[in-house]
Amino acid sequence: MRRAQDGDAAAWRELLGELSRRLSVFFARRLGPAHAADIEDLVQETLLAIHRRRVTYDAAQPFTAWAHAVARYKLIDFWRRRRIRVHVPLETFEDSLWAPPDGSAEARLDLERVLGHLPERQQRLIRDVKIEGLSLAEAGARAGMTEGAAKVSLHRAMAALTARMREREDG
Amino acid sequence: MKTDDLIESLVADLAPVRPGAVRLGIAATAAAGGAVALALVFVWLGLRPDLAEAAGGMMFWMKAGYAVVLAAAGFWCAERLARPAGSPRPGLTLAIAALAFVLLLGLGRMAMAPPADRMAMWLGGSWRRCPIYILTLSAPTLALALLAVRRFAPTRLRMAGAAAGLFAGGVAAAIYGLHCTETSMAFLATWYSLGMALSAAVGALVGPWALRWR
Repeated sequence: MRRAQDGDAAAWRELLGELSRRLSVFFARRLGPAHAADIEDLVQETLLAIHRRRVTYDAAQPFTAWAHAVARYKLIDFWRRRRIRVHVPLETFEDSLWAPPDGSAEARLDLERVLGHLPERQQRLIRDVKIEGLSLAEAGARAGMTEGAAKVSLHRAMAALTARMREREDG
Repeated sequence: MKTDDLIESLVADLAPVRPGAVRLGIAATAAAGGAVALALVFVWLGLRPDLAEAAGGMMFWMKAGYAVVLAAAGFWCAERLARPAGSPRPGLTLAIAALAFVLLLGLGRMAMAPPADRMAMWLGGSWRRCPIYILTLSAPTLALALLAVRRFAPTRLRMAGAAAGLFAGGVAAAIYGLHCTETSMAFLATWYSLGMALSAAVGALVGPWALRWR
């Protein structure tokens, strides 16, 4: 993104391509089969907005959060224009598009950066439980602790991670 | 149009962005809106007659300083909220800290004053007019700031509107100090704050409508 803001066309093409794939998935999940025909429109509108308003991206912030907020704005705008009110709880967004199953580039980069600030043991726990999906007992056994200890440690790690993320957003 | 074609046309359109464009775009509205407010003070409200003398005093600068700090806090919030996923928290913290500071000073002065004088300290001679004048003077800056923020990409419109309102209110209050002759800390803490809060409230009220972009 930073390269694109400086005018690097190849980087921009690559990023927009990647985004359009992710956005399709994101909107498809949100819209459901009834509005499948609108997915491409929304993807294009979002790409256009991201392009025209790219000046509002601040290099100190996570790129995924920025792009995600644009996509969400476009989605809400879409519902509003159709005068459909759906209740969209914030939490459902957290794990949707930006922690993609293939763990690909941008989100991963953001995650790696914040994870890097935690003690190694906590990093391992988060990776094992939250990313690879092991149970607390399994992850605990790997790290050589009881399930209870793993639970407490994971909880602390997540709290530290959240605090760190929040700090970055404020930055 | 196919998405791939769209991407190609966007790539062809790519030009480097000017860093600081968001900050500059919003700050410029203070200059333009502030100039209009200044003109209003000159032709409508009038400068305070003892301006030269008052400018040597502490309270004149206290009022100006408080207003400028709140304008800066509003600017900070607005600059963040003009961006998707931007957080207003640091700006908000500054605003609350400044408010707490003048409230404490105001309360302190009130507590030290003889009880009979307290009402006069608090209400001064212009408590009814002060917040309304500040709100009025904030209108040009608020309108311009909303237009500026809308050109960027706010995604929390009500909050972004409130931030623009606080910013405009701060600018207006700083200029209103050229007319206002009040000298008490309690007056500043209450009525100036109320004027700026009204401006923020107007911003919050119109934000979802005025800031919607496509």
